[in-house]
Amino acid sequence: MKKGTVVKVSGPLVIANGMKSAKMYEVVKVSEEKLMGEIIELKGDEASIQVYEDTVGIGPGDPVYATGETMSVDLGPGLLTSIYDGIQRPLALIEKEAGPFITRGIDVPALDYSKQWDLTPTKTKGDTVAGGDVLGEIQETVLIKHRILVPPHIEKGTIEEIKGGSFTIKDTIAVIKDENGKSHEVTMVQKWSIRQPRPFNIKKVPKIPLISGSRSIDTMFPIVKGGAGCIPGPFGAGKTVTQQSLAKFCDAQVIVYIGCGERGNEMTDVLMEFPELEDPNTGEPLMKRTIMIANTSNMPVAAREASVYTGITIAEYYRDMGYHVALMADSTSRWAEALREMSGRLEEMPGEEGYPAYLGSKTAEFYERAGYTECLGQEKREGSVTVIGAVSPPGGDLSEPVTQNTLRVTKAFWGLDAKLAYKRHFPAINWLTSYSLYQENVSDYWRTEVAEDFEDFRNEAMNILQQEAKLEEIVRLVGMDALSSKEKLVLHTAKFIREDFLFQNAFDYQDAHTPQKKQYWMLRVILTLYHEAMEIVDNEAFDYDKFVELPIMSAIIKSKEIPMEELEKYKDLEKEISTAVKDMIA
Amino acid sequence: MQKEYKTLKSIVGPLILVEGVEGVKFEELVEVYAEDGRKRMGKVLEVHNDKALVQMFESPQGIATEGSRAKFLGRPLEIGVSTDMLGRTFSGSGEPLDDGPQIIPDKKINIGGAPINPYSRDYPEDFIQTGISTIDCLNTLVRGQKLPVFSGAGLPHSQVATKIARQAKVRGGGGDFAVVFGTMGVTFEEAEYFINEFKKTGAINRSVLFINTAADPVVERISTPRLALTTAEYLAYEKDMHVLVILTDMTNYCEALREVSAARKEVPGRRGYPGYLYTDLATIYERAGKIKGKKGSITQIPILTMPEDDITHPIPDLTGYITEGQIVLGRDLHQKDIYPPINVLPSLSRLSPTARKVTREDHEGLFGQLYASFARGLEVRDLAIILGESALSETDGKYLKFAKDFEEKFISQGETEDRSIDETLDLGWELLTILPRSELKRVKEEHIEKYMPKKD
Repeated sequence: MKKGTVVKVSGPLVIANGMKSAKMYEVVKVSEEKLMGEIIELKGDEASIQVYEDTVGIGPGDPVYATGETMSVDLGPGLLTSIYDGIQRPLALIEKEAGPFITRGIDVPALDYSKQWDLTPTKTKGDTVAGGDVLGEIQETVLIKHRILVPPHIEKGTIEEIKGGSFTIKDTIAVIKDENGKSHEVTMVQKWSIRQPRPFNIKKVPKIPLISGSRSIDTMFPIVKGGAGCIPGPFGAGKTVTQQSLAKFCDAQVIVYIGCGERGNEMTDVLMEFPELEDPNTGEPLMKRTIMIANTSNMPVAAREASVYTGITIAEYYRDMGYHVALMADSTSRWAEALREMSGRLEEMPGEEGYPAYLGSKTAEFYERAGYTECLGQEKREGSVTVIGAVSPPGGDLSEPVTQNTLRVTKAFWGLDAKLAYKRHFPAINWLTSYSLYQENVSDYWRTEVAEDFEDFRNEAMNILQQEAKLEEIVRLVGMDALSSKEKLVLHTAKFIREDFLFQNAFDYQDAHTPQKKQYWMLRVILTLYHEAMEIVDNEAFDYDKFVELPIMSAIIKSKEIPMEELEKYKDLEKEISTAVKDMIA
Repeated sequence: MQKEYKTLKSIVGPLILVEGVEGVKFEELVEVYAEDGRKRMGKVLEVHNDKALVQMFESPQGIATEGSRAKFLGRPLEIGVSTDMLGRTFSGSGEPLDDGPQIIPDKKINIGGAPINPYSRDYPEDFIQTGISTIDCLNTLVRGQKLPVFSGAGLPHSQVATKIARQAKVRGGGGDFAVVFGTMGVTFEEAEYFINEFKKTGAINRSVLFINTAADPVVERISTPRLALTTAEYLAYEKDMHVLVILTDMTNYCEALREVSAARKEVPGRRGYPGYLYTDLATIYERAGKIKGKKGSITQIPILTMPEDDITHPIPDLTGYITEGQIVLGRDLHQKDIYPPINVLPSLSRLSPTARKVTREDHEGLFGQLYASFARGLEVRDLAIILGESALSETDGKYLKFAKDFEEKFISQGETEDRSIDETLDLGWELLTILPRSELKRVKEEHIEKYMPKKD
């Protein structure tokens, strides 16, 4: 094994010499304790290494061992339901080795190499296959069939041998002879470098919404499968709760949840809750479709930088099987801070606020790994990776570099607002500042799958909210009395939209997840009231104060509780509204 | 192996550069002897070939580049811990300050601490009743939580913290408890206030105090919270105690960190604080929690003063991103003589949703309703300032009254008033009678029937 020597230690940065043959992004082991590190800069025979573990007690003269491999993850059955740290070490195994505190130099396998999996081949001997094609299937969890793929580097070949039955992931399950006559043995595990996006045939324009059950997102600011969204907000505005409810309720088939530099107890909450909670789309425990990566704020900072890449590589792997994957990264600001810390220690010229000049390009590269793709291979499967990143701007100031760089590459923006959070209006997504550029993409889907007029209702509701903001300013100056009945009606409707449509209790299982059809009806009855009242508002017999006291108002509020199976009831309610309002002037 | 060097090259603020060293390790402990033989402690901050950069924990006064010696001890900074520490007072670097004997350590522990494996954590859910309505009902504290107090200069954060320490109890009792208290750069009087309060209530026998006052060396403050937390971890995870850790004032800690960073000429982040402030603070705050299979727990209440009461200042800002909520003290409440002056709108406890489930069935709904109604009440108050109260609608008038009563009856309570959670919740319902029934959207109908006092 090739060996270098440590010359400098500064926090997570170690510089070693005698590293002439080392490559960029090569994994090295530092000192006799074999701490894992990655080469991030090469100068002559000096290599700068970011070490993924605590460097206390390392000093000049300690050895550095090269491994010849780049930083990569193991991809194969057994990923689902796992909980990893930033460099794909299962936390459960770390606990077994080291107890409740994470010590260093622990080397544990990412996947269980001894477990037997039942493989059903989908190809036979003599079939022509190419990289990305499915060789066989394994029932990984009740929800997900794990498809064993031909490794991407095999361009085209013939199956010489293929097996079915019970195997461990390192057993050879097929032999493929490529066009050059070279034989490749295929196992069920692939190693893939985390900084290298996995290949696909083509990217497509995403058109199907990722349905989250959140009314603010699905109706107001939708995101698509294969899209990229960001949730910036000051602390306490509910970023994590929003991310978690997306992870719980969205209709992706596989979820990768990255806790990047966040709170330990929050990760514990997820770890305890997910195995218990049911996936509203399938009724199975959420954990069966989830992979968790937890690198809490006090775990080594360099591993935090790696964790988002570990996560997205796993997400791409499931995408390649033809699944819709959603990746939540909470929070990408911590990832950027890790970049900044390493950059500072490398004594690079800083850009804005001390962040490295390459922050923008790194951010863009990461979000560009999202997308709706036709997967690699001849089978034209489609899969997607949706990336939703939380951003924690200091002081809630959105002009800071991480937020700005993220906004340039994400098309859905859910701006969380401290003022709304103070009022305990959750999700605290500010309807005036947030936007989604995906609305156009999904309008066809909305028309065919939800309702012909859904988008009209949505736009009208947004319009009412915007009018409200203007009217509120007038009220602040001259008081409510100065408004006309029409304007008061706008305010009244806006209040309904805010308090009874957008407000959603993430801790109430029923309320937290609203199917899209129901969202449509909830919004529709509120707007029906508005339309009916608008028609008679100019009539002399119309009395605004009497109008707001109508008993139908509480019926509209309660309509939230109508179950999905009884959506017909909304039609009755609509009739009631119509009669109640008309009776006012009769 | 211990080595001594007389090759001190430069002394800049708290940093000393030693040359010609060999076999020095990162974070290693260093003893520096001045010519008169006085010993001072430091640690290795960076090592490059034969140069070691040492950060002193004490003032480098008297140390010269010639004639002084640096001794590298080959181990990181450790603290000797023992249950005998209960009832004792130590300096910010761990030396006994009282008349008691030296501690005979049960074991020596590296003060850096290792991160708790998130997989091994137990989710905190034991409700701690503090007897303060605004905390119990609106920002529930639980065992294993880290809940800072954001204060400002001149606000009564010390009183609030001692009130919590004094009144905190878990329903059904259970478990040994202890208080570990660390001060960083507070005034002598403030430190005395805490010590006296602890003595008065007898809590001192269950407490370990680490006192670094404003007169003590600045850099010592960087290790004080870590000494306190290492002691707390020992008591919690090895001696099965429920430990409450109070750290004051974190602002001084961060300033000490900035001083070292500036001396190293590092690229500063916001307002001159180092870019790694978040990571550094996390290694302190994240040392709160519960571990599966262990009986004890660590609950942390760090106190910090917000410069200019600005919550977006990097210190409160980064703290808020790490801790599980915050209790914010408000100057306007304090000026209105409302005690404890807890500003409920920006205050938050992230762990309260679980805790609210175990207190009383109506807690969840009442919590949402009180928050929403008070926020609305304050909006109406702003409106009334411009338009005058007479211009308000009837409903708005009621909100105005609600906000006033809420401040005077719910937020305000006596220094020794210890309200039980039932009393607090009943008080909340009483206040809601001010508002029209149609406005109560967040509470369940059946709870209104059951808990709302009937108007005659």
